[in-house]
Amino acid sequence: MLRLLGALFALLLSGQVLAAELTVSAAASLTNAFRELAPLFEAQNPGVKLQFNFGASGALLQQIAKGAPADVFASADQETMDQAQAQGLVKADERRNFVSNTLVIIVPADSGNTPTRLNDLLQAHYQRIAIGLPASVPVGRYTKSVLEKAGLWPAIEPKMISAQNVRQALDYVARAEVDAGFVYATDAAIMPDRVKTALTVPTDFPILYPIAPVAASANHAVAQKFVAFVNSRPAQDVLAQYGFGKP
Amino acid sequence: MESAWVPLTLTLKVAGWATALNLVFGVAIGFLLARKRFPGRDLLDALLTLPMVMPPTVLGYYLLVLLGRHGPIGGWLRDSFGINLIFTWQGAVIAATIVTFPLVFKSARAAFEAVDPQFEQAARVLRISEGAVFFRVTLPLAWRGILAGLLLAFARASGEFGATLMVAGSIPGKTQTLSVAVYEAVQAGQDSIANFLVLVTSVTCIAVLLAAGRLAPGRVAGQP
Repeated sequence: MLRLLGALFALLLSGQVLAAELTVSAAASLTNAFRELAPLFEAQNPGVKLQFNFGASGALLQQIAKGAPADVFASADQETMDQAQAQGLVKADERRNFVSNTLVIIVPADSGNTPTRLNDLLQAHYQRIAIGLPASVPVGRYTKSVLEKAGLWPAIEPKMISAQNVRQALDYVARAEVDAGFVYATDAAIMPDRVKTALTVPTDFPILYPIAPVAASANHAVAQKFVAFVNSRPAQDVLAQYGFGKP
Repeated sequence: MESAWVPLTLTLKVAGWATALNLVFGVAIGFLLARKRFPGRDLLDALLTLPMVMPPTVLGYYLLVLLGRHGPIGGWLRDSFGINLIFTWQGAVIAATIVTFPLVFKSARAAFEAVDPQFEQAARVLRISEGAVFFRVTLPLAWRGILAGLLLAFARASGEFGATLMVAGSIPGKTQTLSVAVYEAVQAGQDSIANFLVLVTSVTCIAVLLAAGRLAPGRVAGQP
């Protein structure tokens, strides 16, 4: 009986021993592009298995800070990565920006209302506006700062339906549960038949995505390879297909 | 930590409404299943128990699809009455009610089945109407079991997370219950707020469980 239990236990752990797994904690907006990158990277590095953990950058930071075994961290904003760096969670000297993005306002595809400027969101037919939580979701932070600068935040905050990550905001708009939402251009491009982009919102600073190996990673060499890989030509081509710009 | 009281009162409001709705529907269904024999009774019991075993996310998805703007029920409510349930506290009540429904009707059914029919027959011999038999004899005898189920439902409803987040979202002061507030505080790295919320939640749950334990069937009044 004991031997059987031991064998079962060994089986349970074997998955972690056999293949070198690289865990990449990445911003939710990178989901589709990174999934397409995985086979390319695995083909270049036989024996390495990529494992993704997508979520709001702020939530990923908290996981890493609490000891989650991530090897690479890719955030959708500089602020979250700065926090990770300040806490010594990532290799600061190996941090690089690898893509850029733009902030857009989207509405459901069948919506009769299309805002053409930020102020239009004050109109009565925009009752509910999906915005990522500014405390942990970068797209929410960008949105809040743009609206604050335009003096619109106090009027729009009561209409805010907070999203746990950018993809939830996208989903709310796609289901027409909200009248408009703030997402990245790359998210809007994933559901062209369910959402339409109303306008591109200029931000003060360019939206740049940083990536860095996690300091506590046991696979530092492979983590470095992945960081170099996302900056390589083939990976950049895939990212460009999804609408990401050059850093 | 004043901000923690807003999610607490909201949680109590949502759980209170869910428990009240279950008092009516759970007790009625529990009585029906305990006393009436009809084809499909076991199937009905199984279907009504589903919310307890299904992942809350599955339930939340069902509710989102049904109650959403484009859903059959949500669309109808919106077109006929202008009612919208998604992202409202009423939506959270519906999610919590459905998740906790099995706890109430299961306890009610067991409690009604444990009532000795001789008491009811004695009441009927005294020419008491059927309604009065239920409210003056059956219900008081089954009450302890039902109350224990209601308390468990209340505790579970205050802790509802998955389905609530999907249906009601997380709007501070409107739909952000304790469990959702904890989740957000942890995601944002606000550990002191999270600690406080977790403490409040734990104390509430322990209090309810202690109360439910005292009322659990099998204990006779007077016994410790």
